[in-house]
Amino acid sequence: MNGVFVPRRRIGNTGSDRTLTIVSAAVVAAFALAILYPLIYVISSSFSSGAAINAGAVKLFPVHPNAEAYRQIFDSPAFVRGLVNSLIYSISGALLGTTLTVLAAYPLSRRDLDGRKIILFVLLVPTLFSAGIIPTYMVVRDLHLLNTRWAIILPGAMSMFNVIITRAFYQLTIPEELLEASRLDGANDFQFLLRVALPLSKPILAVNLLFYAIGQWNGWFTALIYLTNEHLFPLQLVLRQILLQNQVTPDQMGSDAGALVAQKELFDKLKYALITVAMLPPLIAFPFVQKHFVRGALLGSLK
Amino acid sequence: MIPRGVLTATESKPGDGPAAPGGSAIANLMASTSRRSLILRRMKRNWRLYAMLVPPLIYAAVFLYWPLYGMQMAFRDFSVAKGITGSPWVGLKYFRTFVDSYQFWPTIRNTLVLNVYELFAAFPIPIILALLLNSLRWALYRHGIQLILFAPHFISTVVVVGIMVMLMDPHGGLINQVVGLFGAGPIDFLGEPSLFRHIYVWSGVWQSAGYSMVIYLAALAGIDPALHEAATIDGASRLRRMWHIDLPGILPVMVVLFVLSMGNILSTGFEKVLLLQNSLNLGVSETTDTYVYKVGLQSSIPQFSYATAIGVFKSVTALILLLCANWLARRSTRESLF
Repeated sequence: MNGVFVPRRRIGNTGSDRTLTIVSAAVVAAFALAILYPLIYVISSSFSSGAAINAGAVKLFPVHPNAEAYRQIFDSPAFVRGLVNSLIYSISGALLGTTLTVLAAYPLSRRDLDGRKIILFVLLVPTLFSAGIIPTYMVVRDLHLLNTRWAIILPGAMSMFNVIITRAFYQLTIPEELLEASRLDGANDFQFLLRVALPLSKPILAVNLLFYAIGQWNGWFTALIYLTNEHLFPLQLVLRQILLQNQVTPDQMGSDAGALVAQKELFDKLKYALITVAMLPPLIAFPFVQKHFVRGALLGSLK
Repeated sequence: MIPRGVLTATESKPGDGPAAPGGSAIANLMASTSRRSLILRRMKRNWRLYAMLVPPLIYAAVFLYWPLYGMQMAFRDFSVAKGITGSPWVGLKYFRTFVDSYQFWPTIRNTLVLNVYELFAAFPIPIILALLLNSLRWALYRHGIQLILFAPHFISTVVVVGIMVMLMDPHGGLINQVVGLFGAGPIDFLGEPSLFRHIYVWSGVWQSAGYSMVIYLAALAGIDPALHEAATIDGASRLRRMWHIDLPGILPVMVVLFVLSMGNILSTGFEKVLLLQNSLNLGVSETTDTYVYKVGLQSSIPQFSYATAIGVFKSVTALILLLCANWLARRSTRESLF
């Protein structure tokens, strides 16, 4: 190529760059719309009239907006029970999980801890080679935890993924000088963790709390295998019964609503409302964890 | 540096004498005992750190290692009355039962087809999305799109399947309304065995492409901007820089994610498969995991040993696949998980 063509090539390149930018923006926007539209449709339908849903009148925004469906489901004992149970599981799972994670991650982040590689290895092996559902089920059974809330809270209480990102956080943010300084002030390791390390690690604590809470909120399979008592069912399991198995008894939808269940119109609307209530809390919480989660996901995938 | 070198040089000179080996052995011994006592002293000083580790280790012992110990059920004729250690050894009996059973090939085939399809459909999409999104400069737009694409990762499987059930409902579901516009009759999407795999895989892309994309974006953010500047000065277009700078830059992350998904190839999406399963699509939706769940827990006469054996079979195969993928990745790209 000689010099004459250089300017032309430059122009061509910026032109192709502009095309690429437009194509990129369009492709990612299309993907984002494909994700958003079903979610918006579900939420809008839950606020629309049953007749409008059935007639296909709901396109984007609610038609004949009303909150009737929500009034109905909050009158249903099964739904309220599921909601309360899910809150209990989420809050206790978050507290227990975060406590265990910090207790594992902080010592393992200390370079002067002898044997930390062995301990980390011991904790990581089961993530590579899992025992499967039956042996875990037998442990829960042998501990007499079947049909108790503990069966939901304890077995998956600590996630090694969280331990690793939390450990990395401590390694990166707590300088050794800080430890030496507080040692000179007479602080021992317990006091250092409580008074120095924990206040400095609020962001990662928030990530842990939300991560475990979302995990419990979204979980249903442990409840399916460990619980038979419907009074302990989390919301997701109640949702599964109603949505996927169409098991609806008058008791579940409230005795008055029982007669109305026959009407598919109303029932569809109730289902949309149930889906909305079940999916919204994690969607509201996740933007707060996003930033740290990204960093953690990268770290987690690299080690 | 220099004084120490001089010191060792002068020290090693008398070491030529006959007394030297014994002397150095004593020095070694003293050094090692003093190192050991140093470690012991440090461990003693750090006892509080070990105390902190006690609760997590108890958790791991009970809920991670006890089940591993319980895996021996697969090699015993387990009965609830006798307990694990009281039940007689039967060797590989239950593994043989599984391999010989008429369910063996269908479940293995379904599991492999479902996961290989998912791997090849779901693997490139997040990479493409990350490269495209990364090439855009408007920060607000990028953040907005990233937030939206990441969101479905935080929705539960029950809700995702619930939305699918509602939208694909043959009687008035949104998708069938659209199908109706083209004059086609309502399709029972979830009851149609030939559609099961596509629905499973593409709903998975819908839910998790954003999550993987975010990981790639984080890796792309770590690429030295000087590389891009230099390439731009040389006249490289954005597309060329994507190919020659961005793609090699995220190769390590790609390899790690690929190796990890090879390890999961026998177990991904168990919960979703179970939720999407119905009597109509059982022929293509019965995987090893759902089969384990059925014979081990759902059946009225649970066969614990048999179900555990299938689980062990799966875990061992998954570990072998992971190690093979890791080995292959190290050989071909010099990147690996470990």
